[in-house]
Amino acid sequence: MNKQGNTYTIIYIIVMVLVVGAALAFTAMSLRSRQQANADADKMRQILASVLVTPESGDVIDTYESTVTRSFIVDVQGQEVGGDAFAVNMAEQSKKPALQRLLPVYECRVDGGEVKYVLPVYGAGLWGPIWGYVSLDADGTTIYGAYFAHQGETPGLGAEIEKTAFSSQFEGKHIFKDGRFLPVAVVKAGQKPSGDEDYVDGISGGTITSKGVSSMLADCLAPYEAYLSTLRQ
Amino acid sequence: MAEKTSNKSVLFNPFSKDNPVVVQILGICSVLAVTAKLEPAIVMGLSVIAVLAFSNVIISLLRNTIPTNIRIIVQLVVVAGLVVIVSQLLQAYAYDVSKQLSVFIGLIITNCILMGRLEAFAMGNRPWPSFLDGVGNGIGYTVILVIVGFFRELLGSGTLLGHQVVPQCFYEAGYVNNGLMILPPMALVVVACIIWVQRSVNKDLQEK
Repeated sequence: MNKQGNTYTIIYIIVMVLVVGAALAFTAMSLRSRQQANADADKMRQILASVLVTPESGDVIDTYESTVTRSFIVDVQGQEVGGDAFAVNMAEQSKKPALQRLLPVYECRVDGGEVKYVLPVYGAGLWGPIWGYVSLDADGTTIYGAYFAHQGETPGLGAEIEKTAFSSQFEGKHIFKDGRFLPVAVVKAGQKPSGDEDYVDGISGGTITSKGVSSMLADCLAPYEAYLSTLRQ
Repeated sequence: MAEKTSNKSVLFNPFSKDNPVVVQILGICSVLAVTAKLEPAIVMGLSVIAVLAFSNVIISLLRNTIPTNIRIIVQLVVVAGLVVIVSQLLQAYAYDVSKQLSVFIGLIITNCILMGRLEAFAMGNRPWPSFLDGVGNGIGYTVILVIVGFFRELLGSGTLLGHQVVPQCFYEAGYVNNGLMILPPMALVVVACIIWVQRSVNKDLQEK
């Protein structure tokens, strides 16, 4: 057969694509459960990081199971609804209007003592999604700890939000003032927000990512207002 | 060509005299990107060795069947397929590293070393020499990555493979980690220093 002819070329490319496609599909299928387990363990690590627990990579699942005592979903009225909180996809939820969102809550006991509530947040940075977990004290008002992560923010600038130097600023800040919901603002270092909300310093050179964190907190924590109000009483 | 060059030189030349990074100046992009820490540099190097060796063998096995007018497409499909498999394996068995390397594993596809070796060597040689050529060039690339990663992590973070090596008393005496080493420009400077050293040793590489 003529190896430079069109028929040969077309058959060759079709066979090659089928073989490569089958090989890739097989790899993806056979590794999926392991990859999912890794992604789950990573999510557990992030939740634990927000209550300032940082286990070794081998102990994440054990620590998670001993720290997180209960996880559940609430709606915007603060009523508990059924479902698996851990499986809620925050990227999908953040696109919905606030009234229809499923709001996961992770109830933790740090060192077997005080109860903390971990709330997931999800928003947009400069180049891609940013997300995180914010933990609140039992009063539902004071931030106990925070963890932020990003997909592809600029290293050294926006990517600094994942450092504890940034997230530890949130500890002890309040998201309610006199019973009103006022999320923590992220402002340029040395400046103050226009209202009387609590604030932290943003990243210099990472203004858009910092603003992204600020609006992510406002957008994702606001629907929890009704639920958090029940905690305060 | 396979008859003229011995298997030994095919395997060992890329380490130094024919190094893909510091002599042929290929694959510089990933050298800048993944060498801020030693561990991702090593994993990236191993991934490139695996992809390069196997794609060289596959292309070499197919070399007499590939229609000339679509040979680049065939090479790309083989490389892309292998890269996706490596990336999937990393996600399953080395999740933390795959998160650090993020897009750069995918970018192995566009690493000039791969296309260069496939086109220049595997298309004209038998599978075994092609395998050696792939391993040799992969190791040549990895050696540079590891050297650059070693200096950048040591001077930039004071650690090696995540372990603190610069003693605490240095910091108390006023020593500060050089933050510039973490940023990409210093990778270029370190690569330039390696090229300088190598050309001083191998005088025949110096341009007239």
